[in-house]
Amino acid sequence: MAKKTIMLGNEAIARGAFEAGVKVSSAYPGTPSTEISEYLAKYEEVYTEWAPNEKVAAEVAIGASIAGVRSMACMKHVGLNVAADPLYTFAYTGVGGGSVIVVADDPGLASSQNEQDTRMIARAAHVPVLEPSDSQEAKDFMKYAYELSEAYDTPVILRTTTKLAHSQSTVELCDRVEVETKKYERSVPKFVMMPASAIGRHLVVEDRENRMAKDAASFPINRMEMGDTEIGFITCGIAYQYVKEVCPNASVLKLGLVNPISRELVEEFCGKVKTVYVFEELEPVIEEQVRAWGFSVKGKECFTRQGEYSANLLKKVLYGADDAVFAKADTPNRPPILCPGCPHRSVFSVLNKLKIHAAGDIGCYTLGAVAPLSVIDTTICMGASISTLHGMEKACGEGYVKNWVAVIGDSTFLHTGINSLINMVYNKATGTVMILDNRTTGMTGHQEHAATGKTLKGEDTNAVDLAELCHAVGVKNVIEVNAFDVVELERIVKESVASDTLTVIITKSPCVLLKGQKFPNRCAVNPDACRKCGACMKIGCPAMTRGEDGKVRIDETMCNGCGLCKNYCKFNAIETVVR
Amino acid sequence: MTKNIMIVGVGGQGTLLTSRIIGKTAMEMGLDVKISEVHGMAQRGGSVVTFVRFGEKVYEPVVEEGQADVIIAFERLEALRYAHFLKKDGVLVVNDCRIDPMTVVIGAKQYPAEILEGLKQEHELYAIDGQSIAKELGNAKVLNSVVLGYAAKFIGFEKDTWLDVIASTVPQKTIEINQNAFLKGYDSHQA
Repeated sequence: MAKKTIMLGNEAIARGAFEAGVKVSSAYPGTPSTEISEYLAKYEEVYTEWAPNEKVAAEVAIGASIAGVRSMACMKHVGLNVAADPLYTFAYTGVGGGSVIVVADDPGLASSQNEQDTRMIARAAHVPVLEPSDSQEAKDFMKYAYELSEAYDTPVILRTTTKLAHSQSTVELCDRVEVETKKYERSVPKFVMMPASAIGRHLVVEDRENRMAKDAASFPINRMEMGDTEIGFITCGIAYQYVKEVCPNASVLKLGLVNPISRELVEEFCGKVKTVYVFEELEPVIEEQVRAWGFSVKGKECFTRQGEYSANLLKKVLYGADDAVFAKADTPNRPPILCPGCPHRSVFSVLNKLKIHAAGDIGCYTLGAVAPLSVIDTTICMGASISTLHGMEKACGEGYVKNWVAVIGDSTFLHTGINSLINMVYNKATGTVMILDNRTTGMTGHQEHAATGKTLKGEDTNAVDLAELCHAVGVKNVIEVNAFDVVELERIVKESVASDTLTVIITKSPCVLLKGQKFPNRCAVNPDACRKCGACMKIGCPAMTRGEDGKVRIDETMCNGCGLCKNYCKFNAIETVVR
Repeated sequence: MTKNIMIVGVGGQGTLLTSRIIGKTAMEMGLDVKISEVHGMAQRGGSVVTFVRFGEKVYEPVVEEGQADVIIAFERLEALRYAHFLKKDGVLVVNDCRIDPMTVVIGAKQYPAEILEGLKQEHELYAIDGQSIAKELGNAKVLNSVVLGYAAKFIGFEKDTWLDVIASTVPQKTIEINQNAFLKGYDSHQA
C-alpha cells in the first residue's frame, strides 16, 4: 500500500516535482510560495536554488528545459510580474524538457501588496494553468503538468492560493520517476525569438491553445460530479472545497485546467443544470468566458472579487444566513509588529526622531509604517523605494529629499533595488539610500540570498559584498554602520540627507531571529528609577508595557536584549540583566 | 461528524505546532484531516489563528463563525476576538495570560477588562495558567503543550496517542519536557 502522510500544499507541490523527475528548480522567496523550494531542497536528486529575483528564476528554468531536463520555477503572484518578460516568450518557444512555473496567489492579502489573479496573466501569455484544490491534487497536478508540458510543447503554470499553499491534508506518496534528458537539437525557428521566427511561433501558440482547449474535455483533472440538477457550480481550486462543504449534493463542474477552459464540458454542464453559479476567487476569469459563449450563469454579481472565499460566504448568498451564533466582540486590533530586538526598530527610531520620511520597500521593515514608529511613507513593489525617491527628487528638486531616505532590505536590494541605484548614479541623484542589511530574507522566514554566503542547500558559497557592489556601480559615498549604534547612525543620517552627494548607508545587524543572534543579556526596568515619562515606549517594542502604576515593565520572555530602549531613557532606569 | 478545532494566539506562541500535533493525532486515528496555517507577515507578533478539522471526509480547510467545537486560546484578548467562532455549545479553553497589542501599548486602545468573566456568561469556558506551569517545568516555551493537554479532553483521543504524536513532532531534545507539559495540563483537568 502507498504510504500516506499529511502534507502542506507547498510540501506536496515539492513532492510532485520530485516524483515527476524534476532536475532543476530556481525561485525567489515570496509568501505563500516560499516553502516549496525549502521542501524541494531536501531531495538530493533535484538541483534547487534561490535566484536574486523571479525573472532570473524563470530564465534558469527555461535554460534547463532547453537543455532537455524537467525544470521548474516558483514565485508568488507579484513575482510573476517580474518574470512576465521571459514567460511571454517562453510560451512562444515551448519547451525541451517539461517546464512548470508554480505561482502562488494571495487572495485576502495574508502577506502581499495586491490581490492580482495569475490566471489573467496566463491568459494574456497563452500559457496553460492547472489549479489543484488540496494537497493530494497539488502533487498529482504537478506530475500531470509535466506530461501536458511535454505533450503540447508549452510551459505550464501551476496556480495555488494561500489557503491551498498553507493548509495540510493527506497525500499518498509515490516513487520518483527518472526522466531521460532530451537530446538537444539546435533550432533557430523554435528557440531564437527574432521576428522571423516569432511570427511562426505565434501561430504555433494559437494552434496549441486551441488543440488543448478541445482535448481538455477528456483531461482527468477536469471532473463533472453530477447530483441535484436544480443547482450547480462551475468552480476550481480551493473554492471547490467550499462548494462541497455547503452543497454536497449539488452538481459540480470542477475545472483542474483553468486556462484554456473546455467549452465542451461547460456546454454539457450548463445544458444539464438549471441554475449555474461560477464560484471562483478573485477575477471572473471562468465566468467571463462562459458568458462570452452565451451561457447564462451567476457569478460576480453575487460573490466579491476581494479576499478569500469561504463556506459561510456561499451560505449567505444561497440561503441568506450563515452559521454564526454569537456576535463578534469589539476588540483592539493586534497587527503584526517588528520583533523585540529587531535591528529595523533601531534604524526607524532614529528616522522618527529626525522626522525623516522614508520611501519604503517590500519586507519586514514595511511594518515601520505603523505607529509609533510611523516612518515609512510609501510601499509599492520590490526595489521601488530607491526609484521612487529618485522620482521625488527629479519632480521637486534636491531640497525635497533633504528629509527623505529610501529604505530597502539586503535581499530586496539584490532583487531589483540595484537597478534603481544604478539609475540614481547615472542620472545624478543626491538622495540617501539605506540598505537595512540583516543578513537574510526576513519576512518570508529566513531564506539565504546572494550576500549571505550560503546556498539554499546549505552549502558555503561566494557572497556579494553590498558595499563593494555600491562602489562598483559608481556610488562615491558608501557608509557602513552598526544598526544599533543610534548615536553614530543619527550623525550619519543627518549628514547624508543634508549633503548634495548620493549616499548609501548600510546598517548592519543580523535579524534577531537568526540562529545564534540572540543578545546575551536582557533588559529590565528599575522601578525606583522609572519616572513614567514614556520616552522608551516610543520605539514600539512589544516586550515593553506599562503597569497599572504607570511604570514601564519589560517582559523577560519576550525581551531579546538588544538594549535599544536604554538609549531613549534619560533617567538610566533600564538596566542590563544577565539572562 | 466533522470536529472543528481552532487555535488562536499571538505570533510566536506555538499555535502552528499545536495545530500540527492535533492534526497528526487525528490522522493516527485513521481520520481525514485538514489543517490551515498562517505564515509570513501575520506571524510577526500579530494575531494568529490556525484551524484543524477532522472526520470521515473533510472539505473546507478552515473553521468559520458558528462552527468551532473547541477553541484553544493562548491569550485572553485573542479568546475574546475569536469566541464568536464557537458553536452554540462549543468549548473555550483559555491560557490565562495578557499580551498587550501595540495599539494598547501606545495608549490608542484599552485592553478590555474582565474578559474571562464576560466570556463565561455565554460560553463553557476553562482557564489555565499555562506559563506558570511551563516555567515550573523549566521552559516557558512549552506552555502550548500544557494548554493542549488541558484541552485534550474536549478534542478526544487516548492519552498515549497524544504522547506518541508529541514525540514524533517536537524537536528530539524537547520530547520529554513537552510530554511532561502535556501531562501537567491533562491531569490538572482531571483533578
